Amino acid sequence: MDLSAINPILLIAAMIAAATPILLAAIGELVVERAGVLNLGVEGMMITGAVCGFIIAVNTGSPTVGFIAAAVGGAVLSLLFAFLTQVALANQVASGLALTLFGLGLSSLMGQSYVGIKPPRAEATPLGPLAEIPIIGPILFGHDLMVYLGLGIVAATWAVLKFTRMGLVLRAVGENHDAAHALGYKVKRIRTLAILFGGACAGLGGAYISLIRVPQWTEGMTAGVGWIALALVVFASWKPWRVLLGAYLFGGITQLQLNLQGAGVAIPVEYLAMSPYIVTIIVLVILSADKSRAPGSLGRTFHASG
Amino acid sequence: MKLTTLLASAALALGLAGGAMAQDKTKVGFVYVGPVGDGGWTYEHDQGRLAVEAEFGDQVETVFVENVAEGPDSERVMTQMALDGADLIFTTSFGYMDPTNNVAAKFPDVKFEHATGYKRLHPNVSTYSARFYEGRAIQGHIAGNMTKSNIIGYIGSFPIPEVIRGINSAYVHAKKVNPDVEFKIIWVYTWFDPAKEADAAKTLIDQGADVVLQHTDSTAPQAAAQEAGGVVTFGQASDMGQYAPFPRVSSIIDDWAPYYIARTRAVMEGTWESQDTWDGIGAGMVGIGEITDAVPADVREEALALKAALADGSYHAFTGPLNKQDGSPFLADGETADDGTLAGMNFYVEGIEGDIPQ
Repeated sequence: MDLSAINPILLIAAMIAAATPILLAAIGELVVERAGVLNLGVEGMMITGAVCGFIIAVNTGSPTVGFIAAAVGGAVLSLLFAFLTQVALANQVASGLALTLFGLGLSSLMGQSYVGIKPPRAEATPLGPLAEIPIIGPILFGHDLMVYLGLGIVAATWAVLKFTRMGLVLRAVGENHDAAHALGYKVKRIRTLAILFGGACAGLGGAYISLIRVPQWTEGMTAGVGWIALALVVFASWKPWRVLLGAYLFGGITQLQLNLQGAGVAIPVEYLAMSPYIVTIIVLVILSADKSRAPGSLGRTFHASG
Repeated sequence: MKLTTLLASAALALGLAGGAMAQDKTKVGFVYVGPVGDGGWTYEHDQGRLAVEAEFGDQVETVFVENVAEGPDSERVMTQMALDGADLIFTTSFGYMDPTNNVAAKFPDVKFEHATGYKRLHPNVSTYSARFYEGRAIQGHIAGNMTKSNIIGYIGSFPIPEVIRGINSAYVHAKKVNPDVEFKIIWVYTWFDPAKEADAAKTLIDQGADVVLQHTDSTAPQAAAQEAGGVVTFGQASDMGQYAPFPRVSSIIDDWAPYYIARTRAVMEGTWESQDTWDGIGAGMVGIGEITDAVPADVREEALALKAALADGSYHAFTGPLNKQDGSPFLADGETADDGTLAGMNFYVEGIEGDIPQ
């Protein structure tokens, strides 16, 4: 065992990068679920975002444009889900699963001629002297823009849900869509907007994997991150800061266990490999011991006649 | 009465015609663990499938299912293939071993070929694999010469004999040219997960490795090495030439095409028999991708000489004296490992640190 091989600064920086795709996808899904819609298509929207972002970034040479395209791609795919569940009143679980399968297939089709191509590099955010601060600099200020954007989205989501009228309306729609409808709120419109937001966030998360974390395009490259994000929303009891905590815990322990393996720690690898799942679940379950519960109308189809 | 006879004979004739039609074309099924576009393991199997189509043209029909999870799911896929009239089914991942044998028991007329396994419980099951460890010997030789930090990172998939053999072979030959070399091994418990593979590669690089060997299927570790700069990698299963000449300095290429063609022909001619095939560099099942100019010329020459010796059988990748990790003797001076020992290899050789997950 040689723990000195682990560089804590690099480790924490890697943790933050590993957590970002999960965080982005989960915060988007959180908003969707707070509006009372269960979209199981996160994985499909992520991989679509990953391939859209990759294609556009390669063709324009700009990762930023790629990320915008990823958000648009994810949102467009989620529009399909919105149409199925809000207009055609289809079952949300089935539509969501279909969206994942469709997204996986569509992305491999779109990405066929992009296998093995290198995307343009995303530069670290120029934070000037901040990045020069010893220890804190490389941990906190040496990242790409998406890391900060992810944190910003979490903070904004929390503030909007908690303090604004818009957030209150969104939560009302999620808690009791009939009551919200009786008060004159456009349930379907609000839900569609929430679904679009969720799609855009998932797309950004996917593009973070294809443009920054891996960076390349391979079929099926999100490899289940979308499902982890979905689970995270539940374990975080639909609260933004807990999503952040859960994503960092999960990403962090994933990185930590790789580092421990590399350093030759004498813990059986199987335990290390399952540790991110277990620790994240335990911590979030303990946290959710308070009386938080799922939005009242989650997963239920709304029809104005009802 | 007459009508019934007529109908019956018509049905019989139709049935016969249908049977004859089915016999016209030999149907070959492939079960893949990853996507055909992985650029590695599954990609090469699919190249083999395409070679079968090219060889036999209209006489064969091939079908494949990609991204099939190891375990019960794969049994469902194989059963479906057999029900759809496949004559020969290639199952191309280690984890399909038990499912392949289970399904083979139910379809005695369908031939099954399981890659990298060792169980042939029924007369309609064959196993085949390539001696990847011969290629690992060459990688180890180059890696040992090229590392400056003397730390070589190794991304392991699952702790099965095939992977452990590769680690041992690479270590033995790296150590031979560089006594100070140290292996850091990370098990990722997946054959294909680009994000996880990239994370593992980055972790190894962060911990000082300047050569990264991988036994996983995607090109993500290559991209991670390129991003880090100054880190040497090798293509795995496929050439991964898009990362040449650096970081990818050479590769192990699996060439399944000749085997797939031969076995399909055997089914067509009715000469197919259960067997175990384990071919290496000599038979062409294991190819060594071009060694790029990033490798010093003398190392390159030595590597090619090693390749030639492995190919003609004058040198075996596991030649004594070698000890096991715990110091107990493995091979005496000049002794070579037999296939039985290699097939079940579940120990590290002396000098590798850490335990194999059990």
